[in-house]
Amino acid sequence: MAFNLKENLAKEDRLASGHRMCAGCGSPVAVRTVLRALNPEDHAVICSATSCLEVSTFQYPYNAWKDSFIHNAFENAGATISGVETAYRALKKRGKLDETYKFIAFGGDGGTYDIGFQSLSGAMERGHDMVYVCYDNEAYMNTGIQRSSSTPRFADTTTTPAGKVVPGKPQQKKNLTKIMVAHNIPYVAQSTFIGNLSDLSTKAHKAIYTEGPAFLNVMAPCPRGWRYPGDKLLEVTKAAVETCVWPLFEVENGKYTINYFPKKKFPVEDYLKMQGRFKHMFKPGNEWMIEQVQAEVDKNWEDLQVLASLNK
Amino acid sequence: MGIRERLSGNEAIAYAMKQINPDVMGAFPITPSTEIPQYFSTYVDNGEVDTEFIAVESEHSAMSTCIGAEAAGVRAISATSSCGLCYMTEMLYVAASDRLPITLAVSLRALSGPININNDHSDAMAEKDAGWIMLFAETNQEAYDNYLQAMRIGEAVSLPTMVCQDGFITSHAIENIELVETETVKKFVGEYKPEHGLLHPDERMAVGAYATPVYYMECKRQQSQAMIDALDVIKKVGAEFGEVTGRTYGLIEKYKMDDAELAIVMIAGSSAGTAKEAINRLREQGKKVGLVKIRAYRPFPGKEIGEALKNVKAVAVMDKSDSFNAHCGPVFADVTSSLYQQRILDPIAISVIYGLGGRDVRVESIEHVFAELEKIAATGDPGETYRYLDVRE
Repeated sequence: MAFNLKENLAKEDRLASGHRMCAGCGSPVAVRTVLRALNPEDHAVICSATSCLEVSTFQYPYNAWKDSFIHNAFENAGATISGVETAYRALKKRGKLDETYKFIAFGGDGGTYDIGFQSLSGAMERGHDMVYVCYDNEAYMNTGIQRSSSTPRFADTTTTPAGKVVPGKPQQKKNLTKIMVAHNIPYVAQSTFIGNLSDLSTKAHKAIYTEGPAFLNVMAPCPRGWRYPGDKLLEVTKAAVETCVWPLFEVENGKYTINYFPKKKFPVEDYLKMQGRFKHMFKPGNEWMIEQVQAEVDKNWEDLQVLASLNK
Repeated sequence: MGIRERLSGNEAIAYAMKQINPDVMGAFPITPSTEIPQYFSTYVDNGEVDTEFIAVESEHSAMSTCIGAEAAGVRAISATSSCGLCYMTEMLYVAASDRLPITLAVSLRALSGPININNDHSDAMAEKDAGWIMLFAETNQEAYDNYLQAMRIGEAVSLPTMVCQDGFITSHAIENIELVETETVKKFVGEYKPEHGLLHPDERMAVGAYATPVYYMECKRQQSQAMIDALDVIKKVGAEFGEVTGRTYGLIEKYKMDDAELAIVMIAGSSAGTAKEAINRLREQGKKVGLVKIRAYRPFPGKEIGEALKNVKAVAVMDKSDSFNAHCGPVFADVTSSLYQQRILDPIAISVIYGLGGRDVRVESIEHVFAELEKIAATGDPGETYRYLDVRE
């Protein structure tokens, strides 16, 4: 289905304004864009792992979710939504429900890459008709910016502070999107916010309306943890895409497609320098850190192109 | 008319599940409850039930899927044991707080470590404060009967219910059992029509809010009231079950307590049968001994237990688990606080830890406990009040 901005904007928002997320946070942008991809006539049940998103949108007695919503715990959004989806199939089988429902779970990188990884993997393997959306802000932001397995190398976090001996996180970022591809599910995609959000909108619609499990990994920056001014959100995500730090691609039944090729691949500095978490990398004598990140980004980008070429 | 059969405790539970034909089961195998999802998935795959069975990757996910399904507005069930029950712990609290009447069959087993697959009650006792209704069974028949009553009880007060039986001793031993006809079961259990649900097309519901100090305590107070209300519901459902089957259930069972001077209190388990045999033998010798068997441990029937014990001289509260508090077992703490609260201060009470990790409990073991109680009653001196039974020191 071709993306139509006008039609998309005409749809009702399914996450109400007035929630308590920070200005400049990527998470509600991801949520609103994904939910907007639902056909307006379809019901949905949304699940959120414990996260900034959950505590900011459903603080009793207020609730920003216009669809049915369930929060269970930090580590089990995958299992929880699979329980709801199974109940749906049970009711359908017994002829007790006529309406169409869609099932979408949201988790941060903590609830997805780390503590909720087993629950997610199980749900994907079992083949529930659901979409799991990771809003990836590359650290445990809700508890105060601790490193996760999604935190990129050298990032300054409160558990990997850029110190005199250890200059930020020593390890590389886990490639969760590839791990989800290895589950051989029908649809996996990586996206973020660029332009008119057509990339994420199109992928969300495909994910929701592909039968079976689907996974979306959406880079969703955090102004507090990444240390950029709130109004620069879309500049940060654009830089992530233009530098190939966060390439836009999708994998349909194992077939890789790169959705965006930068006209000129910018150096990683352009992305890193926008964010306070990488500030120490620009001190004299630390050039090697930027070189290492550039080499890793280059390799990942080349690998991705090889994977995409295999399916032609 | 009941149907006479011979079934193990696990088979009896699985058969009750089949008769009820719930909407969703999420389960993960663990000894000794493994057979329950095994039997049940056979029913599913042979089309004998139309339940959706979710073979999850852990007990944590088993309870998480049950929470999702029950919140959606359907009946959800699971089964587990031991470490599997503990792995569910966080979710057990959420299920109770979300007021979801999930039914969980537990074949009781010791907790690690040392790792041990045999029966005691340490798994259930680890979850006694999770907010679940907890029913216990002495026999396969009671396990089956409790299961048939569980949904009626849980759904009436919107609380989840555990149906517990002793692992292996009850879960794997084949006993004579009288089954209820499926039509009667279906009529007794009824259809589940919750007022609200995630999948009610006419409404949207949100479950699992973040509650600040302004609201959290009222939420807990309501949960507490539901558990208080469950005391009457358990009795009513147990009486109604008696009208249908001839087998009436209450919160506790008193065995030869009318004139008893020495008593044992224990949670309903296989050892209650052993205790009854010991009591029969001692009664033949003219000794006034009796048993209080706790069927409903949560909610705790403190009043009934106090009433049963008010005239005894000495009582041993027997715990098949230890609290490791240098003081007493968990059931002892509940029983003695109930006595104190009712100003029943005459019985001398001792805490006896027994049967851990499958340690055999013989008729002689129980006779030994009564012999100790006899000494205590005669001298007025309880001696050591925190004791281990049948242990090499």
